[in-house]
Order: sequence, then structure tokens, then C-alpha cells
Amino acid sequence: MADVTRSSAFTRRHAVHLGALVFLVLMPPVALVLDEPFYVSLASRILIYGLAAASLDLILGFGGMVSFGHAAFFGTGGYVVGILFVHGFEGTAFLGLIPGSDSGLIVWPAAAGVAGLLALIIGSVSLRTGGVYFIMITLAFAQMLYFFFVSLEAYGGDDGLSMYGRSQIPWMDLSDDTTFYYVCLAVLLLFLGFGHRAVGSRFGMVIRGVRENERRMTALGFPTYRYKLACFSIAGAAAGLAGALIANQTEFVSPSLMHWTRSGEIMVMVILGGMGTLFGPVFGAAAFLLLEEVLSAWTEHWMIVLGPVLIFVVLFARRGIYGWLIGAQDGSES
Amino acid sequence: MVESTGLSADEAAVPGIDGKTDLLRARDLRKRFGAIVAVDGLSLELRSGEIHAMIGPNGAGKTTAIAQLSGELTADSGSVWFAGQDVTGLGADTRARLGLARSFQITSLFRGFTAEDNVSMAIQAHAGHSFRFWRAARRDPVLRAPARALLESVGLGARADVRAGTLAHGEQRQLELAMALATRPKVLLLDEPMAGMGREESVRLITLLAELKGRVAILLVEHDMDAVFALADRISVLVYGRAVASGTPDAIRADPDVRAAYLGGAA
Ligand SMILES: Nc1ncnc2c1ncn2[C@@H]1O[C@H](COP(=O)(O)OP(=O)(O)OP(=O)(O)O)[C@@H](O)[C@H]1O
Ligand SMILES: [Mg+2]
Repeated sequence: MADVTRSSAFTRRHAVHLGALVFLVLMPPVALVLDEPFYVSLASRILIYGLAAASLDLILGFGGMVSFGHAAFFGTGGYVVGILFVHGFEGTAFLGLIPGSDSGLIVWPAAAGVAGLLALIIGSVSLRTGGVYFIMITLAFAQMLYFFFVSLEAYGGDDGLSMYGRSQIPWMDLSDDTTFYYVCLAVLLLFLGFGHRAVGSRFGMVIRGVRENERRMTALGFPTYRYKLACFSIAGAAAGLAGALIANQTEFVSPSLMHWTRSGEIMVMVILGGMGTLFGPVFGAAAFLLLEEVLSAWTEHWMIVLGPVLIFVVLFARRGIYGWLIGAQDGSES
Repeated sequence: MVESTGLSADEAAVPGIDGKTDLLRARDLRKRFGAIVAVDGLSLELRSGEIHAMIGPNGAGKTTAIAQLSGELTADSGSVWFAGQDVTGLGADTRARLGLARSFQITSLFRGFTAEDNVSMAIQAHAGHSFRFWRAARRDPVLRAPARALLESVGLGARADVRAGTLAHGEQRQLELAMALATRPKVLLLDEPMAGMGREESVRLITLLAELKGRVAILLVEHDMDAVFALADRISVLVYGRAVASGTPDAIRADPDVRAAYLGGAA
């Protein structure tokens, strides 16, 4: 199809990607020159939430599965890092079995793995339903998990759990905000690279087909449940990885990471950035967190401003910020 | 097998269920929607290579019967055998992978995809599992080349890159058929493939189905009597969910009950 010719030419889409990449790579040195180191840590948050939002886009934008519990996986990833860190610090073992660790090469994959497994379990129940029931059941699971961690006094309960530093990665000093920023950027780019291949692959076509017309997919012979579950688990694992990064960024985890409003925020980032565009949600995360930063200094009811913006996007710019940036015709990933 | 069908022992022991002559065999299918009995003890068989037409007035239960044969609806009772295997307990996707394809009376497409994407998707369904995450599906010649050829054969060659949702109604019907064919089925269940087509498109489709004859067994639900009498080896007449007559086209045409119940003055 037209993709073949399109991808060989340098389009507005490529210009946007290149511009964003150059900006992200040059951001820390520029911020340091301007003597505004705070921006580096804000930008790290944007990258991390961008990862969480892009992962949600796999199920929400591409698969048409309106999951309202994505923060459950985000928070779980955070807690895996936090809990193992504290055990590692104290020289004790989780449940007396699993020794603690502060090695990023161990705990980050563990965070993704545990979150992915949790997504597999939650998905295996939720995906048997559809529509509004699916929204409600994913929300319910996430809230269950939220209250579980609130009542988990051993790990700080409501107050959360402080870490006394960041994960260790060989040859790198993550306690340096600029280093940490570039690690977040690398993780995000790796995920976007994988995601970009995946949404164009056979697997991706099945996921989009399910969004378009699941009944037809079944009639063609696709066991759709399996593919949806795989997609849900992959997205959960990626959100868990994002959670691992946010735990490192703030050196703190608390149940608020998986509160339903957090799921809502991640969903808003996806919608704002552009559903079904994969890259868009990163722009959405940037827009959301910057708006929050600017407006919350001005009023604590900053959501009042966000609301109308969101309604505008939903009604008039279905491909969100990303679709607007790359131009309307090119906006359809599918 | 007997347990899985919920059949009584003597029903399961119906002789001749060996898949050799009867590729598809339904026994005593029933489906009730609330007070409406849509399919009421329907039995029919489809022999390999034949075109078996199922006709009947609106609401006779034809679409419901197709849905039960394809596995989309579970039967309240009765059994379905396909290629010598009891498929009563199997889902629609499993039956489709075994080679039982259907088309929809109300066009069911991936409207946001191009025509070629639609057919490629059907081919992909039968090209092994889709847990493949890396290679670009839209540039995979294994999927795209046969999709092009199929679009060509149903007369949509020039429309391959058009979004399915923007195709004309008749073209969508052609695409619907191309997708069913793309799965290279043993049995095709066609639910009014000609509905909404122009005269010229219908004639093309009749020619296409005539070419398929002998290679694929087809259960053809169709209101277009010209098509039915031109194509069918056998015809079953469905009224209120029951087969009231079944036989060769000549026999059906001559049957006074059928003329009264369905063909009316037209035949
Ligand atoms: N999902 C459903 N729920 C309730 N009633 C249904 C449902 N599907 C079909 N029916 C009813 O069952 C009966 C048989 O419908 P069906 O669609 O099978 O008939 P048909 O022979 O295909 O008709 P047509 O020639 O109009 O396509 C009709 O009375 C219809 O209203
Ligand atoms: Mg019908």
C-alpha cells in the first residue's frame, strides 16, 4: 500500500520525530546551561509517564480495549523496586524467600515481569467481558490493589515506602539526574522501537482487527482472546517498567501510584496525545505534565482548565496533538 | 464424543456420519430467541463439492442456521459434524480454522482498513499463528500477493487501496466474498452474497461461484432465484425454522407445497 512509498520519503511525520528526538537529547545540557536543573527531573517524569501512556495506547488505541486500571501495573512495578530495595538495604528477604536487591538489571526486569504477570491474571478475567463491563472490572481490580497496598503496613501502608537511593546500574551513576534522564530516554526509545514494529506486525494487525471488528476476526478463525490477553500483558509489563523508573525518580513509592485517578491521568495523556498513534501519548504526557506544572502554580483547580481542552481534543482532533503535528492526512496509523 | 454433544446415544449413532460423502451435517438443530423459535429441528447435509441452496421466506431462520453451523451461535440442541468430526462444542474460530468459512448477510468488514488489508487479514488467519511481532505485515508478500489475486478475481483489483468503509455497497459485498474465499475453506456458508448487488455484479458472482463448484462445498442462502436455479445441485426450503422440502432444483420447482409456501406465483 501507500506506506511503501511513504516511508522512503522524508515526511512531516519524520520531521516531527527527528525534532522531538533532537530536543530530548539536547534538553539536559541546555537546562544546565540555563541553570534550571529542575527541568531535567521534570523531563524525566515526562519520559516515564510517556512510557506508561504509550503502553496503554497498545491496548486502548490499537486494541480498542478501554482499560481503566493501567495504574495498577504502574504502581506494582514501582512497589517491586521499592520493596526489593528496602529488603536489600536491610539485608532481609521478601517473604523470607526472595533476597532484596538494588541492582537495576535485576529489579527492573523483575518489575516488568511481575506487572506483566499481574496483567495476565487481571486480563484473563477482564477480557472475558466487553464494553462498560471491561472498564468497570479493570477499574475494580486496580482499586482492589490500591487498597491492598494501603493496608500493607509492613511496607508503609498509606504513607508509602521511602527508598534511600536509586537502583545500581554498572558503570552508571543513576543518582545523577542527567544520567538518570538519559537512561529513561533509552528505555522509552527501546519500547517505542519495539512498539512501532509490533503494531505493524501480524500481531499488531490482529490487535487492530479486533478493534475494528472482533466478530469478523473470530469468523475468520482468529482466537481473539489469546491475542488480546498477550497485548494486555505486554502493555502491563511496560507500565511496570515505567513504575520501576518512577520509583527511582522519586525514590519513593506509595499507593497513590495506583489510585484510579492515576489511571485516569494516563488515559488522558493517551487521548490528548492521540489514540492509536503510539508516539502521540508521549506528547500527551508532556502536554499533561507541563500544563499541570504551569497551571497548578496558578490554581489548585487546574483540572478545570484541562477538562475543556480534553473535550476539544476528543471532539475535534481525534488524533490528538500528534495527529495535529504530523498533519491530518498522515494521521492514520491504521 | 457423545458426552460433549449432549446427544442421546441413538442420535449419536446415526449411520453415515463418516465425513466422506457428507462434509457438513447438521442434526436436529434448534434455536430459540425468547418466544421465537428461529430454528426448529433443522437437519441438513452438505456433500463435498456440491452447491446446496437454502431458501425460505424472510425470518425463516436461514441466518440463524448459518450462525449455528459456523459456531457463532451455540445450538440449544442438536449437533453439527464437519469433515467427520463433531464440532458442536467448538467455537467459531476453531471451526473456521478447520475450513468452515462464512460470509455475512449484513456486510461485516474492517471498515478502517483498505480492501487489500481486509483480504490479507483473512489470509493471515490461516497462515499459522500471529504471535509475530517484528516483520511488517503490510509488506509481507505471503499475505499481500494472494490478497491482490483474490481481489482481482472478485473484480476489485483496481480498488485494493481504497478503505473498505468507503467502497460502494456492491463492492463491499464482493469484498465480503473475497474474505471468505481467502481462508481457502472446505465449506463456504454464504448468506445472501448477492443482496444489494447490481445485475452485472450478480452475474459476475454467479460465474465465480460456478467456477468454484466442485472444489468447495457451498451452502448458499439466496433470495435471487435465478442464481439459485443456475447454481444449486440441491435445494432445501426452510419455513419457520424447519426444512419443509429438499431435493433437486427440478423437484423443488415442481413441488406444490413449496410453490404455495414460498415461490408463490413466481415460478
Ligand atoms: N439475535 C436475535 N434475537 C432475537 N431474535 C432473533 C435474533 N436473530 C434472529 N431472530 C429472529 O429469528 C427469526 C429468524 O431470523 P433469521 O435472521 O435467521 O431469518 P432469515 O431466514 O435469515 O431471514 P432473512 O431472509 O430476512 O435474512 C426471525 O424472527 C428473527 O426476528
Ligand atoms: Mg438472513
